[in-house]
Amino acid sequence: MTHLHDDKIKFLEEKALEIRKSIIESLVEAKSGHTAGPLGMADIFTAFYFHILKHDPKNPEWEDRDRLVLSNGHICPVMYAAMAHAGYFPVKELKTLRKFGTRLQGHPHREYLPMLETSSGPLGQGLSQAVGMALADRLDRGQSSNRTIYSFLGDGELNEGQIWEAAMLAGREKLHNLVAVVDRNNIQIDGFTENVMPLEPLADKWAAFGWHVLEIDGHNMSAIVDAIDEAKAIFEKPSVIIAHTIPGKGVEMFQRDFKWHGNPPDKEQGANAMAELRTLGGQIESEHE
Amino acid sequence: MNIPLNPKLFDTDVEQAPIRAGFGEGLVLAGRADERVVAMCCDLTESTKMDAFAKEFPKRFFEMGIMEQSSASVASGMAAMGKVPFVSSYAMFSPGRNWEQIRTNICYNDRPVKIAGSHAGVSVGPDGGTHQAIEDIALVRVMPRMVVITPCDSVEARKATIAMAKTNSPTYIRLAREKTPIITAEDTPFEIGKAQEFFRSSLAPKVGIIACGSLVYNALIAAKELEGEVVGAVVLNIGTVKPIDRGAIVKLAKECGAIVTVEEHQVAGGMGSAVAEVLAMEHPTKIVFVGVQDQFGQSGKPEELVKHYGMDKDSIKKAVKKLL
Repeated sequence: MTHLHDDKIKFLEEKALEIRKSIIESLVEAKSGHTAGPLGMADIFTAFYFHILKHDPKNPEWEDRDRLVLSNGHICPVMYAAMAHAGYFPVKELKTLRKFGTRLQGHPHREYLPMLETSSGPLGQGLSQAVGMALADRLDRGQSSNRTIYSFLGDGELNEGQIWEAAMLAGREKLHNLVAVVDRNNIQIDGFTENVMPLEPLADKWAAFGWHVLEIDGHNMSAIVDAIDEAKAIFEKPSVIIAHTIPGKGVEMFQRDFKWHGNPPDKEQGANAMAELRTLGGQIESEHE
Repeated sequence: MNIPLNPKLFDTDVEQAPIRAGFGEGLVLAGRADERVVAMCCDLTESTKMDAFAKEFPKRFFEMGIMEQSSASVASGMAAMGKVPFVSSYAMFSPGRNWEQIRTNICYNDRPVKIAGSHAGVSVGPDGGTHQAIEDIALVRVMPRMVVITPCDSVEARKATIAMAKTNSPTYIRLAREKTPIITAEDTPFEIGKAQEFFRSSLAPKVGIIACGSLVYNALIAAKELEGEVVGAVVLNIGTVKPIDRGAIVKLAKECGAIVTVEEHQVAGGMGSAVAEVLAMEHPTKIVFVGVQDQFGQSGKPEELVKHYGMDKDSIKKAVKKLL
């Protein structure tokens, strides 16, 4: 495994901070949307768009690219922000989020933004689509394919039966070109996941369906990159990375409170959040190390 | 009327075959013509007639188990990678159970996935009401981008399957389980979106009968018998419910002045409703709808059920006479 150099880690952490600021700005402007999930996934999206993904923002249809299927579409503000900062479209376009005529629909829609791999929002459907992509990839390129199909899932959407249909199929097919990342932030709209519909023992469940399971701190850049390296080295089965994240990560007021799942900050809350993020500039470090 | 049909159409020993069998043949031919064609089935491979494809193209066939929801989404993912996926199950479960996956992952996403809903209609027979899809046309035709094809026999089903594999549109094809008479001939043309006149009485037409799927034969027999009873009728086969052939429908309504629609489906939301939508706007015409009247099906022999729910030839004749 190639570990990240310190300066690369610093670069990624600073990017993540920029992306968090863009998320807050776009949500304040939109006056609706989800806050907690996007902030919680900012580090993982940054790691993907600035280090892990094989992609070309100037040539989004590149056939050899990795595929990233976002299943829980409601966290799209982080995906839009990461894509904009990576060069897919101008950062200033983020201010059109959720407005009439925007390419940045409230839930992602590839008719308006064709560089998306799929439209999403209705929960539980992304993993199945990623399985379809992985099956097609193997059909065309066999075991030697150099593309990886990723699917990002929320933990709440694991309530959906369809997720486990897809997990069963991927397990049977031993789709080593498939890597799922579960945003384990422990909240969903009605409360804490273990109160609404318990998921634990979550790692055991995935393992029982034939998956290689990793658990990481989803705010630790090295851990994120290392986990992907390990997942790509597994050739017998699909891998799932259970990424423990803090919903609302980066802004004290939003953290760990499920009421921020589906609400945006108002202007004042947004200004406070921006101030907090700015003072943290470059200082975001793992809570667990 | 110059459309060539099976010359034995009105003979008592007319050949019979299940509509789904034509789909199975067409899928193999589509698979030979285009290696992008892949197929997946939800534990009903023989029933939905995907078995021949599975045998000839084992690598391009995917046994999905009993997971209709995931199958629609997996197919969308395959289409995203350039495949032309066909997904089959019973119509009750696909598009019945996986409607929202079809809407979001296939139609909203604009992926050219082909959904084959077999065992549609009450003519599934003894399995009973749980397995008799009589709402599927309504479910799929309201989805933007979706093309809806309802072949009238196995020969048309074969041609339709080959044709739909060549388009970039999400498409639904409605299939039936039981053997039904072969209406069309090898040289009957098929084009998605075109309705075809299958029968024209030598008498001046008083009623236009618009039929689809497994009941087109009943409509033809009814029209033929009506001629003997000095009632002129024209029968239009609606091979494609969406996009519907507006021109042919309006022309028929103008000529006949009265319309009977015939489908093995709820009268609410199906092909008859689609015809009514056209005529209400373009040429308001009195319509009698032959189909299931807001009821569920039940066990029985196919012909018993078709008669019980008022879709046999006598019911069609009665509907025509109501309009005279």
